[in-house]
Amino acid sequence: MIKHVPVLLVAIPLVVAFMLPIIGMVNRTIRTITAGVAIVIIMVLSYLLIQDVMICKKIFYYMVGSPDPTALFEHGLTFPIRIALKIDQFSLLFIIMATTLSFLFYLFSSQYIEENERKNYFTVLYVCMVAGMMGMLIANDLFTFFVFLEILSISSSALVSFRTERKHPPYAGYKYMFVSSIATSFFLLGIAFLYAQYGSFNIDYLKKVMDGTVLDKIAIVMLILPLAMKCGVVPMHMWIPDTYSEAPAPISSMVKLGSLICLYGLFRIAFTFGSHVYVSYELGILFILFGVLSMFVGVTQALIQKDVKRLMAFHAVSQVGYMLLGVGVGLSVIKSGDASFAIYGKIAMIGGLFHVINNALYKGLLFLTSGIMVRHYKTRDLNVMHGLAHYDKFTALVFMIAALAISGIPPLNGFVSKLIIYESVFHYNPLLTLIAIFVSVLTLASFMKVFYSAFLGMPPERKPVEQPILVKFSMVILSIIIVAIGLFPQGIIKLLIEPAVNALATF
Amino acid sequence: MSAIILYITFVLLFTMGLFALIFKRNLIKIVIALNILDSGMNLFFITLGYRHNATAPIFTLLPWDTHITMVLPTPQALILTNIVIGFATTALMLGVAILTYRNNKTLDTRKLRGVEEL
Repeated sequence: MIKHVPVLLVAIPLVVAFMLPIIGMVNRTIRTITAGVAIVIIMVLSYLLIQDVMICKKIFYYMVGSPDPTALFEHGLTFPIRIALKIDQFSLLFIIMATTLSFLFYLFSSQYIEENERKNYFTVLYVCMVAGMMGMLIANDLFTFFVFLEILSISSSALVSFRTERKHPPYAGYKYMFVSSIATSFFLLGIAFLYAQYGSFNIDYLKKVMDGTVLDKIAIVMLILPLAMKCGVVPMHMWIPDTYSEAPAPISSMVKLGSLICLYGLFRIAFTFGSHVYVSYELGILFILFGVLSMFVGVTQALIQKDVKRLMAFHAVSQVGYMLLGVGVGLSVIKSGDASFAIYGKIAMIGGLFHVINNALYKGLLFLTSGIMVRHYKTRDLNVMHGLAHYDKFTALVFMIAALAISGIPPLNGFVSKLIIYESVFHYNPLLTLIAIFVSVLTLASFMKVFYSAFLGMPPERKPVEQPILVKFSMVILSIIIVAIGLFPQGIIKLLIEPAVNALATF
Repeated sequence: MSAIILYITFVLLFTMGLFALIFKRNLIKIVIALNILDSGMNLFFITLGYRHNATAPIFTLLPWDTHITMVLPTPQALILTNIVIGFATTALMLGVAILTYRNNKTLDTRKLRGVEEL
C-alpha cells in the first residue's frame, strides 16, 4: 500500500476535484466535506511517509504505466521516458508543508467564502491547486513538472479573479496568468534544449549524462529564471502586489504557498544540474544577488504602502529574499573544495529551508487576518481603519503573533530561522548579515504601523461580526504551530530540515 | 534541409511573439502574441523529433524485418499535452479579458491600473 503513495498524492485530489461539481449539485455541505476529506487524506499519507523517508532514508520511486511501477532498473526504467515520480527527503519536507497548510487554509475558506452557486467552482479550483502543488513536488521528470506547474497557475489565476463583479480582480488574474504563461513558455524552451541533446526528460537520467556544454548552461538559465519569476524575485516582482491584494484572503495564502513550491523547483534544478555542470558558484552568487535585492526592495516598498494587503504582498517579496540568501550561500560554497560548506554553508541552507516553512506559516496567517480586517472595514486603506482590538481581541492577538514572527522577535519561529541565517551568512560576508538585520528592523517598523492603525485607536463605529468557528480554529492552529516551532526548533530541524538539506546537497 | 526551414520558422514565430508581447498594449493582442509564442514552441518540439524519410511511429503497421526509421513519438505526445494546456490558458485569459472590459470599459493596459483607488 505505502509504495503507491506517490501516485495517490496526485490522483486523489485530481479525481476528487472533478467529482465535486456533481456532488455540489446534490448537496453543498457534502461537497465541502468531500473536498476537506480529500485534503486530509493526502495530509495523512504524507505524514505516513515520515518514518520511511526521513528516518530510514528511503527514497520512493514510481514509474507510472510500467508493469511494476516501483521496480527501478530491471524493467521499470529500461527506456528513460516515462512519467517518473520520486519522493526524497527534500520533496517530503515541502509535501508536508503544502498538505498541512492547504488543509488549514481550506478550513478557513470553507466558512470565509460566502455560500452561493460560485462556491462550487471555488472548491474545484482549490482542490486543483492542491493537485498541481503535489504534482510539482513529486515529479521526477521535467515535462511532468511543467504540466503540473501549468495546472497550478491556471487554477490559481482563476481563483485570483474570483470576485469577478468587482473592478480590479479580473485584471489581477489576467496579469498573473500572463506572467505565468510567459514563464512556462520559456521553461518549455529550456526543457526542449535539454531534450534536443540528451533525448530524455528524466531529471536523474539528465543529471547522469549532462556534460556541461554551452547549450546546457543556456538551458539551466531558461529553467531557473521562469521559476524565479513565479516566486516573485525582485526584478520580476511586478505581478506580486496586484495578485496578492486582489485575491480573496485564503487564496492570497494559497498563491503564496504555490510560489514557495516554485522555489522548491528553483532549488532542485539549481542543485541537481548546477552542481553537476559546475556553475554552482555562479548560481549561488546569482541567488544571493536576487535575495539581497528582493529583501531590500520589497521592504522599502512595503514601508510606504497605505493598503494593508499590498503591504503584506511586498513583505512576501522581501521574505523570499531570506530563503534565497541562505540557500544561495550554501550553493555558492558547495563545490568550493575546502571546508567552508561544512562550517557554514550547510547551516545557511538549513536556515534557508527552515525559513521557507516558517514563512509559509506566518505569511499565511497574516493574509488570513488581513481578510478579516478587510471584511470588517470594507476597505483596505490603513488610514480609515481604527480600533478593531476594542471588540475583536482574538484577531488582534493572532495578528500580533504573526507580525512578531515575521519581524523576528525571539520566542517565535521567525526569529530562529533568521538567527540561523544571520550567523551562518556572517562567515560568508558580514555585509549580507547587516543588510538582513536592517531589513528585519524595517519589517518590524512597517508591521507596527499596521497594528497601530488597524487595531489601536478610537473604537470603530460598528461592532465586528463574530467569526465562524472554523475560521477561528484554523487561525488558532496556525498560531500554535508558530509558537511551538519558536519554542522547540531543535526537534523539527533534526526531524525534517536536516535530512532535506543532506538530500539536496548530495543530490 | 526541411528541418532547417522549420527551425527558422520557429525562430521567426518566437521573435514575433516576443515582439508583440513587449510592444502591444491591448489585452486581446497579448493573448494572440502568447498563442504565437506557444505555436513556435510546439513547432520546435515537433521538429526535434523529426527524422528524414521516416514513417509515423505506429509499431503495429510495420513488418518485422524492415529497417524503416520512425520519427520520435515522445515529442508528439508531449506537444498534444501542450496544445491542450495552451487552449486552457487562452480560454481563461480571454474570459478574464472580457470581464476586465466589462468592469473597466477599456482593454488598454496603459489605462488599466491594478491598484484600487483608496
